[in-house]
Amino acid sequence: MNTETTPAPKIRARAVYKTYDTASGPTAAVQDFNLDVADGEFVAIVGPSGCGKSTFLRMVAGLEGISSGSITITPGPEKDRPSNSVVFQEYAIFPWKTVIENVAFGLQMRGIPARERLEVARSWLDRVGLAKFADYYPHQISGGMKQRVSIVRALANDPEVLLMDEPLGALDAQTRVVLQEELLRIWEETRKTVLYITHSLEEAVLLGDRVVLMSAQPGRILEIYDIGLPRPRSFGTTTLPEFAEYRAMIWDKLSAEVTRAMEMQK
Amino acid sequence: MTEQAKAADHHRMIWALAGALVLLNGALVLGGLWRDWAWPAVAVSFVMLVLICERVGRLVPARLRGLYERALALGFPLLILVLWQIGGTFGLINPIWFPPPSQIGKALWDVTVNFDRFSETSLLGRPWLIPQAWSEGGLQGVGALLGESHLLATVLRVLAGFVLGAVPGILVGVVMGVNQTVRLMLDTTLSAIYVLPKIAIFPIVMLMFADPFGEGPKIVVVALAVFILMAINTMAGVRQIDPVYLMAGRNYGAGPWQLLRHVILPGAMPVIFAGLRIALGTAMIVIISVEFLRAKQGVGYMTYYYWEVLVPEKMYAGLVVVMAMGVGFTAALHWLQKRLMPWTR
Ligand SMILES: Nc1ncnc2c1ncn2[C@@H]1O[C@H](COP(=O)(O)OP(=O)(O)OP(=O)(O)O)[C@@H](O)[C@H]1O
Ligand SMILES: [Mg+2]
Repeated sequence: MNTETTPAPKIRARAVYKTYDTASGPTAAVQDFNLDVADGEFVAIVGPSGCGKSTFLRMVAGLEGISSGSITITPGPEKDRPSNSVVFQEYAIFPWKTVIENVAFGLQMRGIPARERLEVARSWLDRVGLAKFADYYPHQISGGMKQRVSIVRALANDPEVLLMDEPLGALDAQTRVVLQEELLRIWEETRKTVLYITHSLEEAVLLGDRVVLMSAQPGRILEIYDIGLPRPRSFGTTTLPEFAEYRAMIWDKLSAEVTRAMEMQK
Repeated sequence: MTEQAKAADHHRMIWALAGALVLLNGALVLGGLWRDWAWPAVAVSFVMLVLICERVGRLVPARLRGLYERALALGFPLLILVLWQIGGTFGLINPIWFPPPSQIGKALWDVTVNFDRFSETSLLGRPWLIPQAWSEGGLQGVGALLGESHLLATVLRVLAGFVLGAVPGILVGVVMGVNQTVRLMLDTTLSAIYVLPKIAIFPIVMLMFADPFGEGPKIVVVALAVFILMAINTMAGVRQIDPVYLMAGRNYGAGPWQLLRHVILPGAMPVIFAGLRIALGTAMIVIISVEFLRAKQGVGYMTYYYWEVLVPEKMYAGLVVVMAMGVGFTAALHWLQKRLMPWTR
């Protein structure tokens, strides 16, 4: 599946550079980043910690300035649909809003009337098994629940592009598998364009149509892998021999990069 | 040691300590030595009392724990009042400088029900005369009647100063928190004014008003003190908001005002309320000192006036009213905080 040639990519990053101007001099976070993501494609990004994954995602979201190059998100036919919604690595759900208010936040900012937006929010909470906790405040629910709230807040906003920064990062292995399946199911239903950062190679291969491997800091693209595993996928996919092959192939390169990153930090 | 043996041990210790406590103070009183040895006696008694209560606390079952804690918190001040009363009666405490609580209570009643002909004031403004004043002078009559109230005068000054200071203070604080340029320009100035005792600039404030002895300057010094505190605190509150919340707000489509309403204000709210509590205490200090200095009315004025005419129990009555006001205002703030910040418990 070579999507590079499709006419209008949903996300288009060209020669993107990001340099942070810190007190101890400029540090390059992202270098010469070129990526096209097709409409309805699920792209996973992996790379060693601190390589600039979050930085790139925030630039796509327009939350961080781009030092040079360009990133565009092609608007869809529906005018009032937001261009992107971020699931933040730190959840970033508001402690001062209840679970349901958090989920309805994007709709509220767009002026959707209360009853309608709460209905949408409630149906999303239902889908991830959080309906009971609608009126709880974030400090009253577990970390895993917070992460689900933050995912559902993005989904309820129904954006053109979903930008997810390690959305399942802090979960225990079992909850993680359950939510991966949940994500796969929701994605099958909605077919959203997704940019998905993860530090788990298995997750990247399981979820992604393509896996982008980034180098240690400054983050460059080392390699892009097409993952030809059949859809719809599920946890069962991880037992396919092809899955193991993809995994092994990418791991070779990734492990070398992680080692390099760790040596750089010494 | 078993739990039971430990409990028995606690019981023995409690009785032993209680006995020692009574014996020590009894011996000093009977020997006529208590007054000379008052401070060490009080200190030792307090330590023994703490030891007793500690052991009682360990014997209290978990289900009565809340009751015990409340009893301790309320019982101790009550005990002080009782001891103060007893000490006064038996001549252990000089009743001129430390009039016993019963006398202070009587004085409080006195200033409440009686109109002071000389200063033409009373503590509350004799609200029971409102119907009469209404029928005689209408709204104006009631106004004149309540105009004689010390309490009302002080409460109105504090409230007016508080609101006039807090609202702009919070606004300026938000701007300083959000905008680095404004922050850098104002921060030093505000910090400098912050440490300045507000009472020291009262004369200048008086000069700025056509009627320097009216309500204007009094309200303005309170407002100034509150303003500075709230600007500094709100700024700190806005600055401590995790930037990721601002990012989330913007990413989900919040404009500047929505960001203020949904992210910045609630995010800074805990620190703002901490600031309001401090500002309240400061406002009370400022208004009471101003009333000591320059007022013909107010709780501070009343307190100072009765010191000057040497009626200490009425002076104490004034202090009691000041404390009651503090408790009342704090409770009001607490209520407001619960309403505005339902997510904290
Ligand atoms: N605001 C900033 N100012 C200066 N340097 C920054 C800033 N944000 C990130 N960096 C630096 O840029 C580099 C990339 O950071 P980034 O958060 O994008 O990494 P990451 O790949 O998301 O890491 P992780 O996997 O740990 O989340 C890091 O070296 C980091 O120190
Ligand atoms: Mg990151």
